[in-house]
Amino acid sequence: MSNLPLLSINGLTAVSDRDGGAPILRDVSLKVMRGEVLGLVGESGAGKSTIAKALLGILPRTIRVTGGSVLFEDRDLLTLPSRTLRQIIGNEIALIPQDPQTALNPGRRIEAQLTDGLRMKRGMSVRQAHARAIALLEEVHIRDPLRVLKAYPHELSGGMRQRVLIAAAFSLEPKLVVADEPTTALDVTVQKQILRLIRGMQDKHGTAVIFVTHDLGVVAQICDRVTLLYSGKVVEAGSCADVLERPAHAYTAALLAASPRYDRPDAGLTPVPQAVFDQLRREIGTDARPNA
Amino acid sequence: MPDKLLTASGIEVTYGATRGLLGKPGGGHKVLHGVDIDIRRGETVGIVGESGSGKTTLGRALLRLVNVSAGTIHFDGKDITDIPDAALRPLRRRMQMIFQDPMASLNPRHTIRRILVEPLLLHRLADDARSAERRIAAIFERFMLPTACLERNPHELSGGQRQRVGIARAALLEPDFVLADEVVSGLDVSTQAQVLNLMKELSRDLGLSMAFISHDLSVIRAVCDRVYVMRHGTVVEHGLCDRVFTAPENAYTRALLDAIPLPRIEPGWLDRVAEV
Repeated sequence: MSNLPLLSINGLTAVSDRDGGAPILRDVSLKVMRGEVLGLVGESGAGKSTIAKALLGILPRTIRVTGGSVLFEDRDLLTLPSRTLRQIIGNEIALIPQDPQTALNPGRRIEAQLTDGLRMKRGMSVRQAHARAIALLEEVHIRDPLRVLKAYPHELSGGMRQRVLIAAAFSLEPKLVVADEPTTALDVTVQKQILRLIRGMQDKHGTAVIFVTHDLGVVAQICDRVTLLYSGKVVEAGSCADVLERPAHAYTAALLAASPRYDRPDAGLTPVPQAVFDQLRREIGTDARPNA
Repeated sequence: MPDKLLTASGIEVTYGATRGLLGKPGGGHKVLHGVDIDIRRGETVGIVGESGSGKTTLGRALLRLVNVSAGTIHFDGKDITDIPDAALRPLRRRMQMIFQDPMASLNPRHTIRRILVEPLLLHRLADDARSAERRIAAIFERFMLPTACLERNPHELSGGQRQRVGIARAALLEPDFVLADEVVSGLDVSTQAQVLNLMKELSRDLGLSMAFISHDLSVIRAVCDRVYVMRHGTVVEHGLCDRVFTAPENAYTRALLDAIPLPRIEPGWLDRVAEV
């Protein structure tokens, strides 16, 4: 059982209904093993968030899946009745959202938001859920859990809110956590703490994580494997060491060269050459484009 | 001609201060606590810090977009700390600003043509619309912007094009000093490199001075000669980029650098905790 992937996406294809059927995902296949962190990386419009949304059953109405399967263990998330899907999402698959500002209900205290799932999906009493919530906040290194439970989201800093959301994501012991650019809105020193926390939690609980990001540096430091997308197509996939240190595709190499880095004064000044975009267009199709 | 184009000494900025009947300042929230900074002719200076460090306020104070409550600012040898708006106006053309979000800084109801032509006429850099357009055509070629953009409204351009228009708008006025505040933050890596190149080229070819504000030390390294590192409204360290990035002296600078994930396999990075 442990050799079988936890999640396997096979030939997932999706189009935009609004944009005259423009392709959003083109025959995307990827696997996530139990307990590993997979980076889903690409520039805007690459389709990385669409994949995450498809997994969680929250695709916007304007995006239509036209082919492929999303097998979670042995169940195809795309064909399950919505009641069964709701059982899986939250219980077995959880989300760490991008923006800790908007993901929490501003009108409810943290305690109510953190204990909903424990009470409804785990049948805990108010008291049990309260105790579990404190333990969870301690696990994400919140020093004063009682104060945080009583707080409203606006009373917490961005980093604190993100910790609360990580606690919430891991609260039901899911098998898979989807982290959708969870550190993009944070300062760099806070980002490092949050990355360390996510890696620590997934290690401890043996959870698999899909980490959506546009930052190759973040990928290098937190992911085991990486899948790079461009215009809805998988361009390169492999271990972080292979993809980042021995990139096979010219686009991967060009992205690395275009990324500024503080340890190299000449980095970040080489735009992705037109020849690379031309190559992508030949491989993917004439309608390939990073973003409209 | 003095070597320094812009000098600020001991500047403080307080937001929300009220003035009592006798003109006594009261209350308010001090966000800059005595900052010294100087920018030489032709150099690009980075100002880096996390949110709340005061980097944006410092930039705004240098341009006199916010008033300082203490300290002095000199531009091209002239004390501009307290001069009235009317006296500031002739200097405005020489001090330009490029913003983070070009959508917010370009009038959405005007065509790009109008956005670019009007300031040229206003500042009398062009005698008529026709000569203004000649200048615009030249800069469009250099910035690799298609002329068709001229007829469009800002929202019809891509993010990278919009940011290049924002830079073109500033460059057309032939300023001596440009303040660039988080100009590549919203851009993808592949577009970002284009814009950074353009900024670098501009400062070199026009010999202008630039203050480049960013939260991203890697971006600063790519374009700046010197860097000021800010925290809680003060400068904690400044110096040549080559020195600050290779041998940072301040603990906070070291912590900031250490927090940046680099795209290389670095076992132990995640668990390394920097002491501040």
